[in-house]
Amino acid sequence: MSRFVLLGDEAIGQGALDAGLSGVYAYPGTPSTEITEYIQKSKEAQERKVHAQWSANEKTAMEAGLGMSYAGKRALVCMKHVGLNVAADAFINAGMTGVNGGLVVVVADDPSMHSSQNEQDSRFYGKFSMVPVLEPSTQQEAYEMTRYGFDLSEKYALPVMLRITTRLAHSRSSVERKANREENPVKFPSDLKQFILLPANARKRYKMLLSTQDKLEQEGENSGLNRLEEGKDSSTGVIACGLAYNYYREVAGEAGLNHPVLKISQYPVSAKMLNQFVQQVDRVVVLEEGAPLLEESLVGVLENSYRINGRLDGLLPRDGELTPSLVKLALGVTVEPAREVPGIVKNRPPALCKGCSHIDMYNALGEALEPYGPGRVFSDIGCYTLGALPPYNAINSCVDMGASVTMAKGASDAGIRPSVAVIGDSTFTHSGMTGLLDAVVEKTPVTVIISDNSTTGMTGGQQSHATNRLVDICRGLGVEKEHIREMNPLRKHHEENRKMVSEELEYNGVSVIIAQRECIQTASRRLKSQKSKV
Amino acid sequence: MKRDIILAGVGGQGILSIAAVIGMAAVESGLYLKQAEVHGMSQRGGAVQSHLRIADSPIASDLIPEGNCDMILSVEPMEALRYLPFLAKEGWVVTSSRTFKNIDDYPPEDDLFAEIRKLQNHVIIDAFAIAREIGSQKVSNIVMLGAASDYLGLTQESLEGALDTLFRRKGEDVVMLNIKALKAGKNGVKI
Ligand SMILES: Cc1ncc(C[n+]2csc(CCOP(=O)(O)OP(=O)(O)O)c2C)c(N)n1
Repeated sequence: MSRFVLLGDEAIGQGALDAGLSGVYAYPGTPSTEITEYIQKSKEAQERKVHAQWSANEKTAMEAGLGMSYAGKRALVCMKHVGLNVAADAFINAGMTGVNGGLVVVVADDPSMHSSQNEQDSRFYGKFSMVPVLEPSTQQEAYEMTRYGFDLSEKYALPVMLRITTRLAHSRSSVERKANREENPVKFPSDLKQFILLPANARKRYKMLLSTQDKLEQEGENSGLNRLEEGKDSSTGVIACGLAYNYYREVAGEAGLNHPVLKISQYPVSAKMLNQFVQQVDRVVVLEEGAPLLEESLVGVLENSYRINGRLDGLLPRDGELTPSLVKLALGVTVEPAREVPGIVKNRPPALCKGCSHIDMYNALGEALEPYGPGRVFSDIGCYTLGALPPYNAINSCVDMGASVTMAKGASDAGIRPSVAVIGDSTFTHSGMTGLLDAVVEKTPVTVIISDNSTTGMTGGQQSHATNRLVDICRGLGVEKEHIREMNPLRKHHEENRKMVSEELEYNGVSVIIAQRECIQTASRRLKSQKSKV
Repeated sequence: MKRDIILAGVGGQGILSIAAVIGMAAVESGLYLKQAEVHGMSQRGGAVQSHLRIADSPIASDLIPEGNCDMILSVEPMEALRYLPFLAKEGWVVTSSRTFKNIDDYPPEDDLFAEIRKLQNHVIIDAFAIAREIGSQKVSNIVMLGAASDYLGLTQESLEGALDTLFRRKGEDVVMLNIKALKAGKNGVKI
């Protein structure tokens, strides 16, 4: 069977395997998680011993991927958009070193912020690092562009970014598989200095990177991924990037539109191609899922005679994901007023599960903090962030992974005492450990609560690097033994837990409270699978 | 042939299983499919939906345009109403009557059902009771699938085949229970 129904994410996983992948490196993050999970579950990948274990964070993943590429093999690195902020140092410098074996970096953006802190558009990172970016519109294209991404990466010896968005990542369609190919053998880079970015070498590498840009533009034209689709009605020309192309086709089919279309799935985009397109139409509507990246480069800052419409001039909203209805409005297709959602329908936000250990931890913390008043709990990203919602109203910040510990430190430095950090186990090993070291070095009075449910819960329960290691890690970082406290977050221990927190809040130094109890979701899955094995 | 369906419910109620069954049946029947799902944060007890599109010609958009949806199939009555802007003029709302109250300001049930009954085409069935009667409340979602099955443009055999493929791993009993749920849902309503 060569046709499969796959999520966009899964199509990328299969595409990478069929392209001769030797290892995937990733940290979970919606909407990118299912790429790595697919490879982890694949029998074929297991037989081939393709590396598929989770990394501690996106930076370690990116660097390990680069190491595998150094060794001549093909590596895939996957993350959500904000993960690329964490991996940015490695990612941008990988553009400078270039690669040996093919290296494809998948970044999944989340416009409309379904499960994210922001909706940053990763194509800017592609532009910033001057590496090619591919942006598929369909699951089949996601499959094929992954393969093409490896080819492109090996042809130009550069990392290639594959940028997807939520609606492709998490939408299923049937995908046709192509013949698969062998993995690369281990092969050292032909120039053993290629990866040494000392200034003298880095300057050379940078000139090389700059000089390939014209060829990369040309490549987008030759590959057919950027292509002109003729249309009779040149009163408007449509530039449709990635997923936005689907919405144009949907709307055009329904409303009988026939505009010339420039479909964009590869960056950098050839300036020649854009110029030719713009000249043959009266005005241009730019449809981009994410920020107006291409639109901005077309409009520039100078007044010109071309009419460019899109997210910048208000034809489309500046924020949020596109929808068929928004594209209809932008193209002047009349939309009948939709039915309204009856007023009695109430929001139903996500919530902590009944019986979750985070709840008992927050109950103990809340009571212990009562004498001090509100505003002193810095938290982080994970299920426990839902402690921000009623009835808990337990936290005052959620910024980026690891920020709880360091913000608590800064606030403590400023004089807020006690100052508390609440962080999940996986988030702690992702990027909380280094901040804790800062506090230890300065003996800053902070109370760090690691709410350890022994999994990466928010993203679906992936294995956590922290499991059974937290005490050793905190000891190793230099937290005093008497101030590494362990609590069992259960209602029946509430009183002793509250007392433990109260004691540590009073301590004038670094204390860590590890509140460990298994996530009830992973626990029930574990019990079920044990039962089915018996 | 073209069917645009929104599946609605609360995270954890099994709408992705309904989607998987329809999706597999559609593809096995040689139809085109696009199915956008919600993963991530909302799966923790929040509102979740899936846009499911099947057709005999290629489908462009992963999302159903507003006003085009042929059916909202919901396992929870308030969730059925959340997606009304998508429903076509002649569209159907097929919903379970079983409420899921995990918020403080959940509306009074009478108001809720009155709102659903205002719609020209609606079916309200007690999928929970039917599921419990045939053996397990866990198959409420498949009872709902059964309730909608005559309208999907898919054969009964293809749906049963998909249930068999998807649940075989869990054993013959589970497959049989799900097929029973499908039939019970189908017999429970006639649209
Ligand atoms: C840089 C970055 N990477 C990944 C994510 C996605 N993400 C959000 S929460 C989370 C899991 C946190 O796990 P843990 O700290 O153990 O808390 P839990 O959800 O289990 O309570 C992840 C991976 C993110 N928001 N930012």
